[in-house]
Amino acid sequence: MMPIRDALPGAGALAVLQRNFGVWRKLLAPSLLGNFGDPLLYLLALGYGLGHFVGRMDGMPYITFIASGIVASSVMNTASFEGLYSAFTRMNAQRTYAAMLATPLRVSDILAGEVLWCAVKGLISAVAIVIVASFFGAIQGPWVLLALPVILLAGLSFGGLALVMTALARSYDFFMYYFTLAVTPMFLFCGVFYPLHSLPPLAQQLAQVLPLTHAVALLRPLLTGHLPHEALYHAGVLLLYTLVAYGFAWRLLSRRLLR
Amino acid sequence: MNPAFLELRALHKRYGGREVLRGVDFAVAAGECFALVGPNGAGKSTTVRAIQGLTPTDGGEIRLGGRVLAEMGRAARADMGVVPQTDNLDPDFTVQENLWTYGRYFGLPKALIRQRSTELLEFMALSGYAAQPIHSLSGGMQRRLTIARALINAPKLLLLDEPTTGLDPQARHLIWQRLRELRRQGTTLLLTTHYMDEAERLADRVGIIDHGRILAEDSPRGLITTNIPAGVVELRRVDGALPDPQDLHRQWVSLSERVGDTLICYGTDLSPLLAHFVEDPAYRWLQRPASLEDVFLHLTGRDLREETE
Repeated sequence: MMPIRDALPGAGALAVLQRNFGVWRKLLAPSLLGNFGDPLLYLLALGYGLGHFVGRMDGMPYITFIASGIVASSVMNTASFEGLYSAFTRMNAQRTYAAMLATPLRVSDILAGEVLWCAVKGLISAVAIVIVASFFGAIQGPWVLLALPVILLAGLSFGGLALVMTALARSYDFFMYYFTLAVTPMFLFCGVFYPLHSLPPLAQQLAQVLPLTHAVALLRPLLTGHLPHEALYHAGVLLLYTLVAYGFAWRLLSRRLLR
Repeated sequence: MNPAFLELRALHKRYGGREVLRGVDFAVAAGECFALVGPNGAGKSTTVRAIQGLTPTDGGEIRLGGRVLAEMGRAARADMGVVPQTDNLDPDFTVQENLWTYGRYFGLPKALIRQRSTELLEFMALSGYAAQPIHSLSGGMQRRLTIARALINAPKLLLLDEPTTGLDPQARHLIWQRLRELRRQGTTLLLTTHYMDEAERLADRVGIIDHGRILAEDSPRGLITTNIPAGVVELRRVDGALPDPQDLHRQWVSLSERVGDTLICYGTDLSPLLAHFVEDPAYRWLQRPASLEDVFLHLTGRDLREETE
């Protein structure tokens, strides 16, 4: 059995983060195009197209309502994709983890570096959307900067969950389960496109279990000029997801890599 | 002899019900080059992983510089360099970026990493390729870069898991020269290989491993002289029929083996045997000194090993 202090990451996690950032910088152009282009399309199609029929939702123009939702769901998508497909490629096809383990880096350093990187990528995509949405006047108010730590925290929880899946995966196909059973339901039922209170009570309660609900509950007010209600509760759920997912991912990855 | 720098005692490892290591014992002195040779699945790679502290063992002990490895944790790897069996360079980085990134995993200061990278690229004859992407390098060059990368922390112990498998002769010779140079500079080397010529050329001592145990351990020359006679003659018939069906060779040689269409005879004086067969036009023959490969096959048998490690 491994001592529990091995689960705590050290400074090596930053070397892993730096490595991933270095690779991302090389592929900057297509990456940024996706970060700016996708949300622009969503905002145009849903904000203007659908918004024309919807009018106002929860006391704000639909494009404003949906902009914050897209910020939250994009953090989920970006961090999940990075923690699933990209991390699995590094672990399996490129054997990057094996190369790292031949140095003083430990599984916890690698895992923490990966989860941090998922969060940073989530942040990059979120900031891109915030910038695009500001041009539509869909982001407003004095609390926008407070959204940044929330975005990072949400990215850590989604990144951690994705790495649990990666630690279990035998091939890329496995990730379809996670997308169909977790990511897509969250995208559709956690308040991104419409307020939660329009769902039947049971569905509302189920949604409370999912991390995206809490990311939306924090980000929508912060990005539209209000302070969120029960902020500590929502942040606490995201933090709990982060820590529990990290713990599971660490156990599973250790078992997989240190055989 | 120097005191042991690396010491393995009664190392055991099981995967499920399969015993991969069944009491591996050997010691490597500081500054020595030790080769672990064995067929596929013999336990070479598992041993190398255990020395890095990357596989929990089921018994036995590893000591590094007198300290118990299991208690050293990741600190043990700070003084090790590893050349893995399968290349795992970062494909998105250039040659020098691979070295820089790797240096940071050891927590080395940037200036030192840059300086060592330049020196190591020079040492491995890759200076002109510093800014090239990995995919533009040949297999041999990628291997040299992997070795340079393993040296970024100026390791005391360099572990090489089949360092020249799949390379052409030119590439192998360049790598061998550099490894000998490292040994002269005082680096302790442990390499695994299934190329006997590689072990013979590089190693001060060779351990032959099979089924998770060390079968014999000595200098390459010592292994040959204690296990088999110095000379070898291989006999084959031109028509592919069984050579020497009446076993005439037995009166002249003490040790012989039949392998498929070939009769292999070992002896110190093989002239009577040759005198009998050389003039016979039905025979092809080859006379050569006994090699480590003969010892290896003698000790591990000639069965094919398809199992992958």
